[in-house]
Amino acid sequence: MPDSARLLVLLAFSLGLVILTVALGLTADNYAYFLSKRIPRLLAIILAGVAIAQASFVFQTITQNRILTPSIMGFDALYVTTQVLLVLMFGSLSHLVVNPYINFVIATTSMVAFAVILYRFYFNRPHRNLITLLLVGLVFGQLFASISSFLSLLMDPTTFAMVQAKLFASFNNVQTDLVYLCSPVLIGVSLLLFRLHPSLDVLLLDQDNATSLGVDVAKLTHQIFILSAIAIAVATALVGPIMFFGLLVTNLSRALLQSYQHKVQLQGSALIAICSLLAGQWIVENVFTFATTLSVLFNLLGGSYFIYLLIRNRVA
Amino acid sequence: MIQVNQLSKCYQGKKVVDGAQAQFERGKVTAIIGPNGAGKSTLLAMAARLTSRDSGNVIIDGKEIAQWNTGQLAKRLAVLRQANSFAMRFTVQELVAFGRFPYSKGRLTDRDNQVIHSALAYLDLVELKDKYLDELSGGQRQMAFIAMVLAQDTDYVYLDEPLNNLDIKHSLQIMQVIQKMAHEMQKAVVIVIHDINFASCYCDTILALKHGKVVASGAVDEVIQGPVLSSIYETPFEILTVKGKRICSYMV
Repeated sequence: MPDSARLLVLLAFSLGLVILTVALGLTADNYAYFLSKRIPRLLAIILAGVAIAQASFVFQTITQNRILTPSIMGFDALYVTTQVLLVLMFGSLSHLVVNPYINFVIATTSMVAFAVILYRFYFNRPHRNLITLLLVGLVFGQLFASISSFLSLLMDPTTFAMVQAKLFASFNNVQTDLVYLCSPVLIGVSLLLFRLHPSLDVLLLDQDNATSLGVDVAKLTHQIFILSAIAIAVATALVGPIMFFGLLVTNLSRALLQSYQHKVQLQGSALIAICSLLAGQWIVENVFTFATTLSVLFNLLGGSYFIYLLIRNRVA
Repeated sequence: MIQVNQLSKCYQGKKVVDGAQAQFERGKVTAIIGPNGAGKSTLLAMAARLTSRDSGNVIIDGKEIAQWNTGQLAKRLAVLRQANSFAMRFTVQELVAFGRFPYSKGRLTDRDNQVIHSALAYLDLVELKDKYLDELSGGQRQMAFIAMVLAQDTDYVYLDEPLNNLDIKHSLQIMQVIQKMAHEMQKAVVIVIHDINFASCYCDTILALKHGKVVASGAVDEVIQGPVLSSIYETPFEILTVKGKRICSYMV
């Protein structure tokens, strides 16, 4: 089956799942209420999933590595740290915490600022090495995680419970207030990433060949880095951190679609993201009856797949 | 024409390239020779904007290399380095099609497809065009890369050790293609090469580097001389003339 047919099948699956998610159990009496609840949530899940999938895919292209995702740079951990710090400094009833818009702006700004600072640091060094950048990101991620778990210990339990319930977004606790604010940002980032697809294809030929073919590798890397930081930051604010999701969908897309072209693969990973999130959500609701969450499910699957990739690469 | 002036680069306090002076003219094959670690590849990389330099300048068609828009420069200058291994699998045709990126930015036109086809035909790859690169022999793969460079349709072509690990048949084939690119297509072809007999028989000018410095440069007859080569390689040399070509004998 050619890639275009496979993309169509994926599209059909996605649409089917979307309709199912929206329409299941609607009656003439309840539809207004159900739709007002379901549509923003669906929109949040789809946009966040697509953003994470595409950001992860292009991040893997610039790092020439299939098992990295932008999460490694510590964005998720920084999100949690920001929230904990806000509560600790301004109290759990502060505007900065309670108002979803202000809170969102602070959280995403800090994540994007962190990405920019890291990137500046990387570019001002004489010998640029992406691996150094990734390691520095990894160390900062650990630092943020330690800071937030240390600070959480200082809180009294009721405040901490509030922080968790209110601020740590998840698929069961989608920040629906933010959906309409985030949508244009995520759609914009997705389109910008997609527009870079011809240059990204050339980058698959390694840096020297890409430069010879007229791609400004430094500029492209910079753009991708900032765009994926924004995508991950906004998606995390919307649906919370899911470490291994990006890894899972990008590699599924590569396994399912034969083309190397980003045009095809970005569409593929976006559709796979939608299918797997909606199907996963259905499984969580109907099979596990909310005994587990989608994030846990994806981290289990993605984590196992990650270990499988590591073992397979070591053998090969 | 490409003019290299006083080009220098240090790695950790050691001068890898030291005040190199060179000129690459269209219609000629220039060979850069010299012992290991002489700075040949670094010189080529700096003259192609792949590596940063510490001082000196590179003038391409009257314009300093840093002033060129990198996308525009890709229509004038193509460079191929050693060891090309990719994260993705590509077929020969897909690889060669990348050569058209500076013109088409990924959307191939009829003209692009013509150029791709003639590059494939020129390197005798038409039958292999749907094979994946990892299914080819080292020689065939190198031919595919040269076809990509050819499809890029530039006036200047740099090849870093194009004969590395190739057998005699493929080496000869590639040298003949290189010669035709310079003499028939009027390109300036610059190659880094270890085999000085290939340099002597197929190139027009030779640039010899030692410890980062240009120690000899000029036409083949001027550089391929016993005393010159002996001092570059610290090995006794004897030059024989076979069928009008200068052949180096360096077995002790």
